[in-house]
Amino acid sequence: MSKTREVLLNPIFNDNPIALQILGICSALAVTSNLYVTLIMCVALTSVVSLSNLFVSIIRHHIPTNVRMIIQMTIVASLVILVDELLKAYDYESSKTLSVFVGLIITNCIVMGRAEGFAMQNSPWPSFLDGLGNGIGYSLILIIVATIREFFGSGSFFGYEILVLVQNGGWYPGNNFALLPLSSFFIIGVFIWLLRSWKTGQIEEPEYRIARNNLETKEVKPRI
Amino acid sequence: MFEYYLNLFISAVFIENIALAYFLGMCTFLAISKKIKAAAGLGVTVIVVLTITVPINNFIYIYFLKEGALEWAGLPNSNLEFVGLMCYIGIIAAVIQILEMFLDKFIPTLYNALGSFLPLITVNCAILGASLFMVERSYLFVESVVYGFGAGVGWALAILALAGIRERLKYADIPEGLQGLGITFITVGLMCFGFMSFGGIVL
Amino acid sequence: MNKNDTLLKTLFVGISVCLFCSIIISTAAVELRGLQQQNKLKDQQSKILSSAGLLTNKTSVSELFSSIEEKIINLETGEYEDSLDPNTFNGRLFESQDYSKDLTTSIVLSSKKVLTSKTRENFAKIYFYKEGGQIKAIVLPVRGLGLWGTLYGYLAIEPDLETIIGLEYHTHKETPGLGAEVDNPRWKSLWKGKKIYSQSGEVKISVIKGLVDPDSSEADYQIDGLSGATITSTGVSNMLSFWLGDLGYGKFLKKLKKELEEKEIFNV
Repeated sequence: MSKTREVLLNPIFNDNPIALQILGICSALAVTSNLYVTLIMCVALTSVVSLSNLFVSIIRHHIPTNVRMIIQMTIVASLVILVDELLKAYDYESSKTLSVFVGLIITNCIVMGRAEGFAMQNSPWPSFLDGLGNGIGYSLILIIVATIREFFGSGSFFGYEILVLVQNGGWYPGNNFALLPLSSFFIIGVFIWLLRSWKTGQIEEPEYRIARNNLETKEVKPRI
Repeated sequence: MFEYYLNLFISAVFIENIALAYFLGMCTFLAISKKIKAAAGLGVTVIVVLTITVPINNFIYIYFLKEGALEWAGLPNSNLEFVGLMCYIGIIAAVIQILEMFLDKFIPTLYNALGSFLPLITVNCAILGASLFMVERSYLFVESVVYGFGAGVGWALAILALAGIRERLKYADIPEGLQGLGITFITVGLMCFGFMSFGGIVL
Repeated sequence: MNKNDTLLKTLFVGISVCLFCSIIISTAAVELRGLQQQNKLKDQQSKILSSAGLLTNKTSVSELFSSIEEKIINLETGEYEDSLDPNTFNGRLFESQDYSKDLTTSIVLSSKKVLTSKTRENFAKIYFYKEGGQIKAIVLPVRGLGLWGTLYGYLAIEPDLETIIGLEYHTHKETPGLGAEVDNPRWKSLWKGKKIYSQSGEVKISVIKGLVDPDSSEADYQIDGLSGATITSTGVSNMLSFWLGDLGYGKFLKKLKKELEEKEIFNV
């Protein structure tokens, strides 16, 4: 059972997709201005990543190597379209706010990264859990960012007014900075700082850092 | 007419900068911005890919997917917009694959410079995002060429600027936990502030 | 060579994955299309109703909307345009280039202060809210440039054609917390009862900088500015003076006013 636990929980703190793997950041910034929409986005992403992992893993022995990216992408894209259609039908308001960002789940590197990096080598059940874990790890950061932004920006939590805004006759002058999408850069930056002060193993060594990302010496392109 | 396209181009580069105003393509933006040289290579690749894929997707959208677009084939009531996402990403993946093979065969020097970035770009949201914006704003064909090129230049400009800052930043004394990714996030945040000042410019 | 890499297998796997996925997606899309269109319609209708202050929790949107009459008007002549069907008329289509470049359906503007295009379409769809055959409110779609892009909204006016009932934006890209305060219910409530035209018949309503002084004689023509959002505020002013002026609904409103007055005299 410990293997299952590890697969599920590892991506949440130890190998967080956003904080450590630098994956799937785009949507983390644009959709976090209020908690409800963020939650919808998290559910959408988590279901896409876990299901795509599951399906890719099921047919992994039959995928020809030269078209494997396209096959994975077809599966991911179908799932995303499905989620998009469902959202438009059952939660129109959120789908309007999320606009192109639901579609952009396709290019969310977490989804393709997990399909290629985990599901291609593992059996369906662990792959599903891995997807779930990564989805939750991603959601965790998004929810933290959204909570902070909604609380300081509009003085509310999940739509419930806690601090009454000046515009609505209250006393709290909403922090406009927190309402801007770019504030998530600062929040995530500080979050990474805190996480790394706790898990010191994740701190990047300056010298090592330069060498590791030198693309000229590191061949990333897979040759067939 | 020229003036109109110039306006479109400038607003795609600065006002609606795809990296710093819409936050697209952030993963590669943050990961490959440590060296100016790598950033420049990636930037050029993005420009090339965007200039090719946005017009192709525009063509596909107008003649196949749009509501009533299949009129020429005798199907005036068609609406295939729901497969849009799939088509765009498929086109992008195919174009990148073809580009890779083409460069490998005919222009090996360019292939050596850009080759390693090409697979990375398939899953770059800036590329798909530009196509989605093109659809949302119902651009015509020529506009989509200008927009694709402008969006690419904007993204390349942003990543070059960030790489320049980061090359300097490595000499700075940054708290341990903030080193690397953390400080990069904050730097990008500040850059976005800078680009916000382009808001409200009507050309 | 891997056994999966033969041409036959590649084709087989590719085609079957595509086929499988396309069946699922198409089914979903076709099944859900009705619901999606309904949502879209409901969303639009509720914005129109809410601009006229008619939206309540008690009655459903579609029920309320049944007392709304849709009409197409010609902005150039100020007449009703009965040749176009309001049910199939799509205002957004006119904005896309292919329509507004056609000079039989649009006019050329001298400045680009309000609209992003250099032309304005000649047709618009407007909404009458009627109770017992009497017009109670008229809803006019308006649009214009703000800070980051075009704001789209509905302006509702009283049947005297001079007093505003409300202004509701349904699509905009303004900065959250600043320009996006056009959605703030408190600010929206300020519009009720404001006058549009001055004595001489010019559009006088405007969003001013700072707060309106309630004792001022101009207070009826002024709305509090959105703090920190000067460009959005000016944008709202510009768009109203454009759409309520002769380039917008002005000609139509003048004709309608005459008509309504004649009717009134006749009734008395």
